[in-house]
Amino acid sequence: MLKFCVKRLAFLPFVMFGVTALLFACLQFLSPEMRASLYIKDPRQLSQLDAVIEKYGLRKPVYIQYGLWLKQVAHGELGYSETAKMPVAQAIKAFFPATFELTLIAFIPIMVIGVYFGVLSAVYKDRLIDHVSRFVAITGYSLPSFVLGLGLLMVFYGKLHWFPPGRYGLETDMLVHLDTFRHYTGLLTLDCLLNGEWTAFTDVAKRMVLPGATLLYISVALLLRITRSSMLEELSKDYVRTARAKGLPESVVIRKHALANALIPVVTLSSLLFIGLLGGVVITETVFDFPGIGRWGVQAAQQLDIPGVLGSTLLAAFLFVMANLASDLLYAVVDPRIRVG
Amino acid sequence: MEKLKSAWKTLKRRPMSLLGFALIGFFLSVAVLAPVLAPPEAGSRDSYIIPQDGYSPDPVRPSKAHWFGTTEQQYDLYYGMVWGTRTAFAVALQVVGFSVIVGILLGGAAGFYGGWVDEVLMRFTDVILAFPDIVLAVVIVAVRGPSLENVMVAVTAVSWPSYARLMRGDVMSVKERDFVAAARAIGASDARILFRHIIPNSIYPVLVVASLSMGRIVITAAALSFLGLGAPVGYADWGQLISLSRNWILGSAGNPFEYWHTVFIPGIAIFMFVLGWNLLGDAVRDILDPRQK
Repeated sequence: MLKFCVKRLAFLPFVMFGVTALLFACLQFLSPEMRASLYIKDPRQLSQLDAVIEKYGLRKPVYIQYGLWLKQVAHGELGYSETAKMPVAQAIKAFFPATFELTLIAFIPIMVIGVYFGVLSAVYKDRLIDHVSRFVAITGYSLPSFVLGLGLLMVFYGKLHWFPPGRYGLETDMLVHLDTFRHYTGLLTLDCLLNGEWTAFTDVAKRMVLPGATLLYISVALLLRITRSSMLEELSKDYVRTARAKGLPESVVIRKHALANALIPVVTLSSLLFIGLLGGVVITETVFDFPGIGRWGVQAAQQLDIPGVLGSTLLAAFLFVMANLASDLLYAVVDPRIRVG
Repeated sequence: MEKLKSAWKTLKRRPMSLLGFALIGFFLSVAVLAPVLAPPEAGSRDSYIIPQDGYSPDPVRPSKAHWFGTTEQQYDLYYGMVWGTRTAFAVALQVVGFSVIVGILLGGAAGFYGGWVDEVLMRFTDVILAFPDIVLAVVIVAVRGPSLENVMVAVTAVSWPSYARLMRGDVMSVKERDFVAAARAIGASDARILFRHIIPNSIYPVLVVASLSMGRIVITAAALSFLGLGAPVGYADWGQLISLSRNWILGSAGNPFEYWHTVFIPGIAIFMFVLGWNLLGDAVRDILDPRQK
């Protein structure tokens, strides 16, 4: 087990290395002058373009530039993100909890609803509930998040004024930056409750309803499908027939026998889905102006804020490796027949 | 003929698949009939440039003159939707086509040769898969400059690795089969074995996944256009038309749904197009994969 984890973790530096190398390769499409202008903060510096190129070694071969940058990173210097207006390490600390919280809030109902309706539609295959839940799922799967997001904003923000976009309103903004506001968990909704700030809590929670609902609707299809097909497979196996033959009530057969086995692929996939959400909320965050990792990553990429792009993608790559590891380990936990090693 | 018949039988039992065919068929006829449905203005050089009726910044609601209304800057939404159908097909088919070809070639080579070729190619796909695909695509478009071609390049670049992975696995199992050994025994070259024997026998799972991923690819490309990285403003492209609506979701005082058409008309078109491909993909899987019957 330990050996397996170590082997998998050894993969981590490789992937991170590859991700940064690939990004550097992409940036070579730009001329040294263009790359230099990315370091310029004041138009008056334009006359000293050559000096900037010299200073950052932008005319040197790629591998030397890459080496210089890696050296910086090894010293914990991730650089300054122009889009976030703060150092990259600080930006990750500021944006990641928001994304994590949003993902968590969407993930729990995705699991519950996906599994529940997946099982129902397998048990009642080709009946009304099966058709309806599959139709709802595939429409969600086909709906681009920006279309759904803009539509929801139009109705629930523009018309009803129920759920505004963003992370929090002005008052909450001032409150959470006070010294008296303690950040216990980093999850803003929980922290508001722990500080006894009910108004701030409703403000923050309200703003997560629409992005959460968007993620839920567009992602639940995947889980529903997997639960359904896995459940169908289990229900057709011999041990289910045996259980029925010895007269067990159908509810026991389904819950105790078939479901326990059908959930194995679902559980292992859930960690990949969770990380997929963490990295995939890019558009949803952009539409709802939610200050998370995804919105930052896209803004950084659009404006070629290189430290910002590198920082956010390094984080994503890290999560990717962790998710794969977690999914393999979960597999061994839920299925005793499987040994990792 | 027999195959076609059984395919039709499978379809008839599944109304959803028929709906998929109907949707794609509808969009296909709109794309083909675009010059009839929305004739370009006389003397316009590029039919994909949406005609403008004035330059007022506020969208105008649907009317007799503009069936679907206009967007900001007075681009005619109906014209944009009709010609955008062609853009949507062009982008989807080219991106999926190129990603499948790249995936088959690289995955095939990795599975066939094994050893360090396999190692290098598969670690490369791992790295690309580790990126959030939208962010990598945005970087690629950002360094190459916003345009529809670069959106296609970027989406292809993030889409091929999953096909390559799948292809590699299939090739590895097919190459151990007897007919490959037989081909080798009669002295066939590597290229002949790979292209005539192995690839044709391992290509189906990739094609099934490709048909299933069509919808997702359309969404990714539209998302890049939505972020303002795609075609220039005024070009008939659905994602770009939606990005024109971003400032208008609030409507005007007293009438919150004043500009509903700017979001809903292109939004529903993208949704229907993707839904059509997803339903069609399910149908293709059911027909090609006998285990599902």
